[in-house]
Amino acid sequence: MKIAVCVKQVPDATVHKRIDPGTKRLDRSGEAALNPTDLNAVEEALRIKEARGGEVVLVSLGPEKASESLRKALAMGADRALLVADEAAAGSDLRGTSYALAKALERVEADLVLFGQASSDGDGAVLGAAVADRLRRPVISQVASLRVDETSVVGKRQTEHGYDLISAPLPAVVAVSDAINEPRYPSLKGIMGAKSKPSETVSIQDLGLSPETVGEAGSRTTVLELGPPVARGDQVKIEDDGSAAQKILDYIVERRLA
Amino acid sequence: MTILVFLEHHRGELEKGCLGVLSKAASLGEAAGVVLGWGAGEVALRAGAFGATKVYACEDEALAAPLPQPRVDALAALVEQTGADTVLFAASVLASDVAAGLAARLDAGLNWDLIDLVLSDGELVGKRPALGDTVVVDVGWTASPRLALARAGAFDPAESGGSVEVEQFEVAFSDFSTLATLVEQTQEESSGPSIEDADIIVAGGRGLGSPESFSLVEELAGALGGAVAATRAVVDAGWYPYSTQVGQTGKTVSPKLYVACGISGAIQHKVGMQSAGTIVAINKDPNAPIFDFCDLGVVGDLHQIVPKLTELVRSHRA
Repeated sequence: MKIAVCVKQVPDATVHKRIDPGTKRLDRSGEAALNPTDLNAVEEALRIKEARGGEVVLVSLGPEKASESLRKALAMGADRALLVADEAAAGSDLRGTSYALAKALERVEADLVLFGQASSDGDGAVLGAAVADRLRRPVISQVASLRVDETSVVGKRQTEHGYDLISAPLPAVVAVSDAINEPRYPSLKGIMGAKSKPSETVSIQDLGLSPETVGEAGSRTTVLELGPPVARGDQVKIEDDGSAAQKILDYIVERRLA
Repeated sequence: MTILVFLEHHRGELEKGCLGVLSKAASLGEAAGVVLGWGAGEVALRAGAFGATKVYACEDEALAAPLPQPRVDALAALVEQTGADTVLFAASVLASDVAAGLAARLDAGLNWDLIDLVLSDGELVGKRPALGDTVVVDVGWTASPRLALARAGAFDPAESGGSVEVEQFEVAFSDFSTLATLVEQTQEESSGPSIEDADIIVAGGRGLGSPESFSLVEELAGALGGAVAATRAVVDAGWYPYSTQVGQTGKTVSPKLYVACGISGAIQHKVGMQSAGTIVAINKDPNAPIFDFCDLGVVGDLHQIVPKLTELVRSHRA
């Protein structure tokens, strides 16, 4: 079974994030890492491969240096990587991103495409469903556990109301939540081996897309203005000296909350 | 501006978040609702009170299960039929998939996580918090139709009264849209008020120490007339049902008061409750991240403080 996992490089969680006032985009110049939920998707793909055999292919859209982050997922056990790196694609919104990934995925011809449900750098949990529509494939989102056989997948979707078991024939697209598994740490052998694994970088034109479909030119949304920082009001922090319960009551009564 | 609002319904009731978006839409332009699935025509009638002049309903068998792709077909057909220039959604697991699929289908722009929508010189502008809600970014669309997902609880439903015209419509489904099927549905019901609708939420985390300590949280919630919520850590540990989970893989809530007991405030939890009006946190670790974004932070032992607070609230209310 061939499994494609869409992964994204994001600013490292420990880095203080900022928006570049010039481009109004998230400043991605600092330390980077793979989006945490994408690691769950990689882990799930590896488990399926271990159970059923096959190949795990990483697919990513990002700057050239994203190949460093892809290396980590290769070290976990993925077999190869396909990176779409193109200046023209910088600043792509959902439209451009979903076009580029769909085209890259058409190349890979996977039986199963996995996404991490949401990215940590401000994307909504929307990419998987958009790509599925472009590929004209069934999609199951917010999946907390997954069963795969030769011809179909059954995903357990967590919703606001409980769980739904959803079945779809392969090829299919599945977006997993971080509840699905605990991603493994790469072994030393894995880290050494990752260096020699195939990693291909392609441009937007290599994929047969016109540069106008991606980047800012291809975006249907725009960032107009950065507002001022949001003030949460005055924060109060106290240590309990036996009177904390009374202080909490006073605080919420004063605000007409009790 | 002609706006379609996707109205999600569950067990014969329209979701509160969708009605909030509908009320907002009615204040911006001509708003019509869209109700899909079993019983749609009946449910649709209730949308009139919240500002819809018209509701489009389709009860096709393919829309019976809460799956996104047939809904994309339905909305795409409606956008074409009505010439609507804007489609609004209240964020949910289902609505996010529908909005994303529709954006791809129509090659349209989608902005998400919006906490407000305003008209600026006649143009629609969305307000989106960024960088952990430390700034608000104004976002727009460069083409029509414009698609938007509102953050859960962003808008309060405004009941204005009024009747509504329900128009049934037919959908031709795409071949791939009906491939996914619902095998089984498990409803998790918690006792007490639902956390999405509650004005007051008392939430418990790992700091409670044991599942038995959830009774402290329940009693305080009871005294305040609020609902009980939990973090992913304690839901995963089996201490409390998933239906009460707040955070990235659970629900997003925006009560007037959120009391966090023994919750460290990891980002995954924060995204689900940061828009609460007032956040009170009780935690014994003075360096817990929750102290960075709460309004009143109390460093101390919740096992001492919470029962005392419950007593004080009871006598205050008596």
